[in-house]
Amino acid sequence: MNFITFFFIDAILMLFIVGFYCLVVSRNLIRVLIAVEVLTKAVTLMLILAGSLTNQTALAQAFVITLIIIEVVVIAIAAGVVIGVYEHNGTLDTQRLRNLKG
Amino acid sequence: MLDSSMNVWMVILLSLLLLSAVFAVMIRDLLKAAIALAAVSVVLTVIMFLLGSPLAAVFELSVCAGLITAIFISAISLTKPGTQEELAAKRRLRLKRFIYLPILLVLIGVGLWLAWPSLKLDIAAVGTGAGLSVQQVLWDARSLDILGQIIIILAGVFGVVVLFRGRKAR
Repeated sequence: MNFITFFFIDAILMLFIVGFYCLVVSRNLIRVLIAVEVLTKAVTLMLILAGSLTNQTALAQAFVITLIIIEVVVIAIAAGVVIGVYEHNGTLDTQRLRNLKG
Repeated sequence: MLDSSMNVWMVILLSLLLLSAVFAVMIRDLLKAAIALAAVSVVLTVIMFLLGSPLAAVFELSVCAGLITAIFISAISLTKPGTQEELAAKRRLRLKRFIYLPILLVLIGVGLWLAWPSLKLDIAAVGTGAGLSVQQVLWDARSLDILGQIIIILAGVFGVVVLFRGRKAR
């Protein structure tokens, strides 16, 4: 494994950690969506790197196109849900969403 | 395949990618975070193009940097942040929660860098799929994926319609 491949793997791992840390720590619902986006970017980069390393860029691109379509649908629906939560509760703070507590 | 003449560019681009991702996660203003996320998409597009995947790169640029940023900005503008006192109180708490992220990143990055010589990873297997074009893979080899994508898009459209209809009824 050469230097640049290792640098790629290092960067992908760190991107994944950035997204996961934000997902765990954040309390704003929109920032949770941003964290999901960052995680998806790491997976996209990993798929493209794997395709490039194994000389199968066509297959990797087909998978990445599928991944992007799923990603955009997930984000569109989740943004709608977030707006609904805001209209219902008046806040996006996950600590204050306690309507079902009881 | 990775070309050794592009190594410097790749290092710069990957550093830029990480930097804008950390910026998107850590910055306080949500609008700036959405724009930083678009910057992540743009840098990722350039990397994908250099790695030899131009079609997926175009998809990434048009959908992730364009459509998803628009969705985020509309969601942010439809919701309001709290009052000034609440924001000021939250600011210190946020800093306290997010301050460990750069430390963690530096520790893991340097640790992996030091552990690299001892790792005997050999993932660069030689593939045999060269010669197939994206069109062949998409329409012949993985045509079931296309059907799945159409169903997912339809499900998304139905979801958006149901969300907006529910809001009107209320």
